[in-house]
Amino acid sequence: MITVEKLQKRFGRLTVLDGLDLEIATGQSVVIIGQSGCGKSVLLKHFAALLRPDSGTVTVDGRNIFALSRDDLMSYRRQIGVLFQFGALFDSMTVAENVGFALKESLHLKPAKSRDIVEEKLALVGLPGIGDKMPAEISGGMKKRVALARAIAAEPRILLYDEPTTGLDPITAMVINELIVDVNKKLGVTSIAVTHDMASAYKIADRIVMLHQGNIVFDGSPEDTRTTSDPIVRQFINGLSTGPIAVH
Amino acid sequence: MDIITSRYGPAALLSGLGRLTIMLGRTVGALRHLFTSLHLITAQMYFMGVKSIWLVMVTSVFTGGVSAWQAGYQFKSYVPMRYLGGAVGKAVLIELAPVLTALVMAGRVGAGIAAELGSMKVTEQIDAMESMAVDPIRYLVMPRFVAGIIMLTALTIVADFIAVLGAMGVALGFMGMEYETFWNGFRQFFLMRDFVSGLVKASCFGAIIAYMGCYFGFAAEGGAEGVGRCTTHAVVSAAVLILVADYVMATLLFQI
Ligand SMILES: Nc1ncnc2c1ncn2[C@@H]1O[C@H](COP(=O)(O)OP(=O)(O)OP(=O)(O)O)[C@@H](O)[C@H]1O
Ligand SMILES: [Mg+2]
Repeated sequence: MITVEKLQKRFGRLTVLDGLDLEIATGQSVVIIGQSGCGKSVLLKHFAALLRPDSGTVTVDGRNIFALSRDDLMSYRRQIGVLFQFGALFDSMTVAENVGFALKESLHLKPAKSRDIVEEKLALVGLPGIGDKMPAEISGGMKKRVALARAIAAEPRILLYDEPTTGLDPITAMVINELIVDVNKKLGVTSIAVTHDMASAYKIADRIVMLHQGNIVFDGSPEDTRTTSDPIVRQFINGLSTGPIAVH
Repeated sequence: MDIITSRYGPAALLSGLGRLTIMLGRTVGALRHLFTSLHLITAQMYFMGVKSIWLVMVTSVFTGGVSAWQAGYQFKSYVPMRYLGGAVGKAVLIELAPVLTALVMAGRVGAGIAAELGSMKVTEQIDAMESMAVDPIRYLVMPRFVAGIIMLTALTIVADFIAVLGAMGVALGFMGMEYETFWNGFRQFFLMRDFVSGLVKASCFGAIIAYMGCYFGFAAEGGAEGVGRCTTHAVVSAAVLILVADYVMATLLFQI
């Protein structure tokens, strides 16, 4: 169970999260949608305690993750996997070293074991045998998939995906969606994904929430989202330039 | 109000100093992982050494050469030339080799560290590392810090040697001195203490260079421009701190 309470985050004068509340059950797959710049990535980073709020808490299994000691925070982070919006691959390491990083440096697995896992995960994202390449040598979409392989390599209990399918062609995007659904189905995995891509959202979500002006303004099933009369959600999913959401 | 809240006001300076101290504390704390991080340290040492050895050698040969020339000019008709080797030797071992090597390395290695870590910071690679439960201070900062200390010391030994050779080359080649005269002068005034003091300073300069690179790299924000800015900050503050530390250590190591 993940509980977000009154989460507030400001950058200087800009309030990005404004007392946000959200409750996510274990095993649920939640998709966060919202306009570009509304704070989806900022919210996601709070779940990994990579950003600290100005006030409010994120409680995972009964413990506020911002109040953990360094060692406890490290063991919490061993249970999460993060796919960053722009991949964030280590550009001084090969693809295989990237995917195996947590296995080697954090879980201290034997090299042979971690090599097998790396190969398996790369095959899973449709990129077998590219382990020896450097991130600079592969395309943007491939980077995204390598980053996904890295996020799931250590079999985390909580997965955070920041726009897993942007920059991919529709076919690869659907393969990745199916992979995410697959990973999420594994016992107990809780997943939080951020996306603009409604096809992807409908595919992977048990529940869709919409972030707008620092708060959750909509919360429902994919079916609810399709049929809602909420003007903000309708404008977003139909991609209308006029409506309650102002485009700057 | 704005002066207090601005990036360069007193409050920013104080909070900067606070962060600097906290990160230094954590770096020193990470030294307990020294023996499990040897592969990371040697990789950094290799990288720093390869990047800098030729530069240090070229700098040193000219440093030695010009100090012999200037000493010769100052000594002319006041001081017997047999003292030249001694004077140049002391200047090189105590001041010139450690300080000039450090300043050159600040521009080379300090900038390199800041640019590398800065670009890792702005592309969220450091966040990614943290999200995988690996402490970036242990994995990135501590190895560079240790390698900086070791390599600056090692390169200063090379610089000492090359600079003295350079001085001798100028003394023999352009000033008509005998090999024996130069060398006897050098030996007569050589103190092990001076040589070691020079290396103690070098190790401290190595810590400053690596740490400034890491600190400003981690502070980088906002894309390529931010990386450029943090690199400049790293080099400038390392250079200033090297000269300040040089003075402080002179008063501690060489009592008048
Ligand atoms: N480190 C930071 N410092 C200052 N402002 C920030 C920082 N990170 C994010 N912001 C600001 O917070 C707001 C939300 O950013 P965020 O990256 O969460 O948007 P997003 O919803 O993920 O957008 P997109 O869909 O385009 O990725 C933006 O206005 C951004 O400028
Ligand atoms: Mg984003």
